[in-house]
Amino acid sequence: MATAPRFWRENPSRYNMVGFKCNSCGRYNFPPRTICPVCRRKSVGRIEPVKLKGTGKIFSLTETHEGMDTQNVQKPYVVAMVELDEGAMVTGQVIDCDASELRIGTKVRIALRKLSEEGTAGVIHYGYKFTLVRDGPDGPGDE
Amino acid sequence: MRRVGIIGIGITEFGELWDSSFRKIGISAGLAAVEDANISAEHIDALYVGNMSAGRFIRQEHVGALIADYSGLAKGHIPATRVEAAGASGGLALRQGFLAVASGMNDIVVVGGAEKMTDVSDVESSLIQSSAADQEWETELGVTFAGLHSLIATRHMHEYGTTREQLADVAVKNHRHGSLNPKAQFRREISRDVVLKSPMVSSPLRMFDCAPSSDGAAAVVLCPFEMAGKHAEMPIEIVGSGQASDSLALHHRRDICTMDATRLAAKRAFKMAGLRQKDVSVAEVHDNFTISEILAIEDLGFFSKGEGGKATEDGRTALEGDVAVNSSGGLKARGDPIGATGVAQAVEIVTQLRGKADERQVKDASVGLTQNVGGTGATVVVHLFRREM
Amino acid sequence: MIEGEVSPVGEVGIVSYGAYVPHFRITPDEIGKVWGVDGKAMGKGLMITSKSVPSPDEDTVTIAVEAARNMMSRSAVDPKEIGALYVGSESHPYAVKPTGTIVAEAIEAAPNLTVADFEFACKAGTAAIQTCMGLVGSGMVRYAVAVGADTSQGAPGDALEYSASAGGAAFLIGKEKVIASIDTTYSYTTDTPDFWRREGQLYPRHGGRFTGEPAYFKHVLNGGKGLLEKTETKPTDFAYAVFHQPNGKFPTRVAKQLGFKEEQVRAGMLVSQIGNTYSGAVPLGLAAILDEANPGDRIFAVAYGSGAGSDAFDITVTDEMSRYPKDRAPTLRQLMANPKYLDYATYAKFKGKIVRGRD
Repeated sequence: MATAPRFWRENPSRYNMVGFKCNSCGRYNFPPRTICPVCRRKSVGRIEPVKLKGTGKIFSLTETHEGMDTQNVQKPYVVAMVELDEGAMVTGQVIDCDASELRIGTKVRIALRKLSEEGTAGVIHYGYKFTLVRDGPDGPGDE
Repeated sequence: MRRVGIIGIGITEFGELWDSSFRKIGISAGLAAVEDANISAEHIDALYVGNMSAGRFIRQEHVGALIADYSGLAKGHIPATRVEAAGASGGLALRQGFLAVASGMNDIVVVGGAEKMTDVSDVESSLIQSSAADQEWETELGVTFAGLHSLIATRHMHEYGTTREQLADVAVKNHRHGSLNPKAQFRREISRDVVLKSPMVSSPLRMFDCAPSSDGAAAVVLCPFEMAGKHAEMPIEIVGSGQASDSLALHHRRDICTMDATRLAAKRAFKMAGLRQKDVSVAEVHDNFTISEILAIEDLGFFSKGEGGKATEDGRTALEGDVAVNSSGGLKARGDPIGATGVAQAVEIVTQLRGKADERQVKDASVGLTQNVGGTGATVVVHLFRREM
Repeated sequence: MIEGEVSPVGEVGIVSYGAYVPHFRITPDEIGKVWGVDGKAMGKGLMITSKSVPSPDEDTVTIAVEAARNMMSRSAVDPKEIGALYVGSESHPYAVKPTGTIVAEAIEAAPNLTVADFEFACKAGTAAIQTCMGLVGSGMVRYAVAVGADTSQGAPGDALEYSASAGGAAFLIGKEKVIASIDTTYSYTTDTPDFWRREGQLYPRHGGRFTGEPAYFKHVLNGGKGLLEKTETKPTDFAYAVFHQPNGKFPTRVAKQLGFKEEQVRAGMLVSQIGNTYSGAVPLGLAAILDEANPGDRIFAVAYGSGAGSDAFDITVTDEMSRYPKDRAPTLRQLMANPKYLDYATYAKFKGKIVRGRD
């Protein structure tokens, strides 16, 4: 089943967190939309694609033990809803850490990882996951 | 608008129905409802079928026509429509049937809901269920359907101090109710400890916090309320119907601890019915996960925000409580064949309002409510039902 | 035997750099336990205390992207000014379909640039640097990116399993605001079958002790001597030296033979902690040196690739380094901090060495 184009067309957002700013209300949102969900018609022509910084704080989290087949080798893995610095909310996996290192408010940033692959012969899909912002060799940067 | 009554109900057993195909279970429920209404095929003006994903579960689309055909309705060439809104497909099919009768377009309408989930692997089944969420921006990023509800639970516990034990109490209560329902998938009581020690699915939710995968179907027969007396000893009126939508992805909601779509669908249904929360004695809510029932009883207005867990712990949602929630056992114990669920909820409420719920009968039940959710709350359908005094 | 050299190309150098090392580690002791080998002794012989292990969702693409992003976050260069990008690796995820296009998109350098993947065992990254030098030096492009990255494979139970690891570094090559000028480069290349992987094979094969004297030592020594002769320098002229490090033993010995002292080599020796990162090895060692080097410091670097060849570089840190915002991306020391150690079973699962049933 060829799903390459379905993934490919979202690459700017999957690789680089391209969202948008509504120049009617000033809000940032992700992923791109045709109109702002708040301003609706007023936002027509005032939607500006924006690359979000990809840094934010954990808003909610869960450690998934029974997961997708694609994540099977990583079980258990952490998934978080992240409030980005610009205010947009996104959901993604949090990598390279134990769930015990994370709580609501923990600072994270995006990293590019494999999201899934279509078997061993098919296309590999890459996209954002989140990783702990470690302030240095000493450990996680909590607020 | 005309008043609408329910004159017949039918439901299959819910569970792993290895011997039964999709079409077989769909037809069994429909035939039972038609028999209960004491009508025959030529009386039926239209058919609505709630179904989420036959295309992926059994590789069959076009199931409106399929059910009409195998019910013997093809010869009458009646309009047959499949309705899809993920988990809310059944409730939404009921609403479409309700509108068809209320508008005067049709007199006798059969509303069915069916899903055959066990013909695919567990992995495939959970992938299909997660397509109710935002495939591109939630599922593909690795979050499961249970995971999304876990994000809600984590946040609800954080904001309101809802406890892990209170979540377990939802499952304990619904299993107790399910033990009294001969059609339920799980007919045995469980203890809090069983829930708390069951395998972790996605923290904090464990196996016993999650509704099972099920096969099953349910159906109701609707007709104008003034004609209902001709067909049924005790017709039940649909007095309110409300539907609301919200963002597809959970992370785009105003508040992930509140299903705004539930609040608004309920508000619209209560307004149409001219009823208030305290009038409701029995409610079937969408407990696909234990946290979902906590949100439901808060957002429907039975308890204030943040107090759903405590209310459950205090037994206020048990059969003998302030409002009996999920007397059927709910999605958790009765089972959750996705497209059938919303219709099965109506079947339970009609059974209760008829006073035919036997051991699980809620005393003096005269007004009932159903709340049926699609995805993590992107579609919610609420109906209110009343027995003639 | 082909003996070749690449001429110096003027004022070309490193404008920015970035590195990446995976979070996970495994020790030789843990590997040895599974295969009935004294892993501690093996580790001691190889001078490796642990090696990096990529997460199952990491590959050469993700490592190259993280390194390249770290490189870009330290630079004010507009990614659209990058005219060429080359990724050197022996573990490109696709046999056909470039790693570089994904890296180019991920740093927003696409579409107006030329991209290709390089392969020359462990020196594909430095070959990419030389190519970038040529393109920038000739004026064909203003900036070019060279990445060396690998998630190398060692067959279960093979000696390589104790060292083959993952990591990578990226270099922005240009003529403006150069933090380290690459003054001379010299290569030494022969046809020597010391290590190879055939198309479709999961794991490489190697010639055992044949990988030593006639391969690694011959090429690194000739590459190093060639550069010293060409630049008319002696080892004491350099503050730092970095050599390809398939283990700790080889570069230590080769440094000594060329006349370099332990303190010149220390900063760029990462192998004892992260193992052999293949195409990432000299690039990462160079990045670690740049993390601490001061203006005026001269760096001697010799990469080695099986098959076989060496690329030697004479690099001088410029005054621009004092204005370079190094802290906008993690240093090697920070990247290597807080690792998580895996047991062999988890390591085998992560590396796909356990055959799983599928639907």
